[in-house]
Amino acid sequence: MTSDLTRLTLKAAIAGLKEKRFSSAEITQAHLAAIEGARALNAYVLETPEKALAMAAQSDARIAAGEGGPLEGAPLGIKDLFCTEGVRSTAGSKILGDFRPPYESTVTSHLWRDGAVMLGKLNMDEFAMGSSNETSGFGPVVSPWRSRASNKPLTPGGSSGGSAAAVAADLALGATATDTGGSIRQPASLTGTVGIKPTYGRCSRWGIVAFASSLDQAGPLAKTVEDAAILLKSMAGHDPRDSTSIPTDVPDFPSFVGKSVKGLKIGVPKEYRVEGMPPEIEALWAQGIAWLKDAGCEIIDVSLPHTKYALPAYYIIAPAEASSNLARYDGMRYGLREGGPALTDVYEQTRAAGFGTEVKRRILLGTYVLSAGYYDAYYLKALKVRRRIADDFHAAFGKVDALLTPTAPSAAFGLGENSADPLAMYLNDIFTVTVNLAGLPGLSVPGGLDKDGLPLGLQLIGRALDEGTLFALGAALEKAANFGAKPERWW
Amino acid sequence: MAIDAATVRRVAKLARIAEDESRLEPLAQELSGILAWIEQLNEVDTDGVEPMTSAEAFPLPMRDDVVTDGGDPARILLNAPKADRGFFVVPKVVE
Repeated sequence: MTSDLTRLTLKAAIAGLKEKRFSSAEITQAHLAAIEGARALNAYVLETPEKALAMAAQSDARIAAGEGGPLEGAPLGIKDLFCTEGVRSTAGSKILGDFRPPYESTVTSHLWRDGAVMLGKLNMDEFAMGSSNETSGFGPVVSPWRSRASNKPLTPGGSSGGSAAAVAADLALGATATDTGGSIRQPASLTGTVGIKPTYGRCSRWGIVAFASSLDQAGPLAKTVEDAAILLKSMAGHDPRDSTSIPTDVPDFPSFVGKSVKGLKIGVPKEYRVEGMPPEIEALWAQGIAWLKDAGCEIIDVSLPHTKYALPAYYIIAPAEASSNLARYDGMRYGLREGGPALTDVYEQTRAAGFGTEVKRRILLGTYVLSAGYYDAYYLKALKVRRRIADDFHAAFGKVDALLTPTAPSAAFGLGENSADPLAMYLNDIFTVTVNLAGLPGLSVPGGLDKDGLPLGLQLIGRALDEGTLFALGAALEKAANFGAKPERWW
Repeated sequence: MAIDAATVRRVAKLARIAEDESRLEPLAQELSGILAWIEQLNEVDTDGVEPMTSAEAFPLPMRDDVVTDGGDPARILLNAPKADRGFFVVPKVVE
């Protein structure tokens, strides 16, 4: 029974709870046991079993009283970038130390409002800066997936690697995640899970530790497209405490799942066919096009001419914003304090000891491109290129309803394989980062396995605020792909 | 543009991160590599293009300039490395 409950989809679990076929205490306990048995994955940086069982008991009481929200009793994992009241929140960084927020992020408060249960906090790249989870101050997450060719430990992707690994290994019914350049979609692709980065402004950023504020968005990682739609419906919504939160109603996202996609126009951007792309990814992309054609979509070739400039523009804009956002970690009000006695020594020693290598690298890069004499040449130039990229999308969406691309340029790679070369690591986001720059929604759906048995994802990109169409198309792809593969348990 | 060790030292100072002297040269090489790759942005014609500072079409909302939160120093100080009688304790700033 125990393992059966963790294998349920979120939708099936919510239905089972509502029909009282099992209690929230039972399904929560099943997940807590699974988490305890999966510590080799390092997916959770903090398990909160007491809180989980207390929340489950409250859910069971509400269900017994015939009450309860749309997620009532469903146990979820929370990326450690979300501040959770009274529960240690680290952003994967040692500089936050034992930080216990005296407040709850808006997105997580929406989940608790709707009855969800928190299992714990999920591992991630430090301050969400990474594509393999290896920059985490708590050590990397090990993917539950293994290649048929070898037993070497693989990355679950990043930065939401803990979220993706937890969902893939049935350590949560679903998880929160965030995406600044691909941090929801790339891990989804590498772990055979579904992830959506909604339109910028759809989810409130209030209470989410800031990395690059003009790019950061929260979204779910889930087992199915429908589960992702259910979670996003709860997570989204206008919040006056985030001035960039869009004042608009949240559509009933799950109602788009199963909707006909007949007649929708799907753009295939030729610039996403990059040199050195593995033939299997090329083949999966062609397969995805065929699946949508079979579902009645019209396929149209489009051009997004500035695509190749998205990643270099991102590596100016994101570090620039990060260097500003991370200035707050000065050892004065919370977190680590090192060095002294002079004030400047405290700043410099605290930040030297608290930040990891990649975070320091990006702060230095961001500080440099914003410094006197370089601002125009780098930062302003990148902002102009960003508009060119957004304009490419606007032009394409004059002709098509959505775009179909691969999610990531490769399947999961081995831990340590790309960590010595920052540029090689950055290239992981080549297909996802464009969407963050333009503020558009992007959904990754598992499409199949490669020759080594590792998952590969397909990405759908939509118009601003048109996540609904992505859920309809994603469900059509999911149905055609009939993915269903799960990692074989070795942990 | 290539960055040298002296520039890294200056930028690290601006960023308030203590970097060991032995790290300056390797960092200069890493950052120069990244910046060399970024140089390709110069291929893009951006004449007359307005810089894009926000991904949103919505104007920033305005509200009355009034206090909406606060008055709870105990909560604010919960995570302070050092606090005393309702204040953060910080290193001496003025001699």
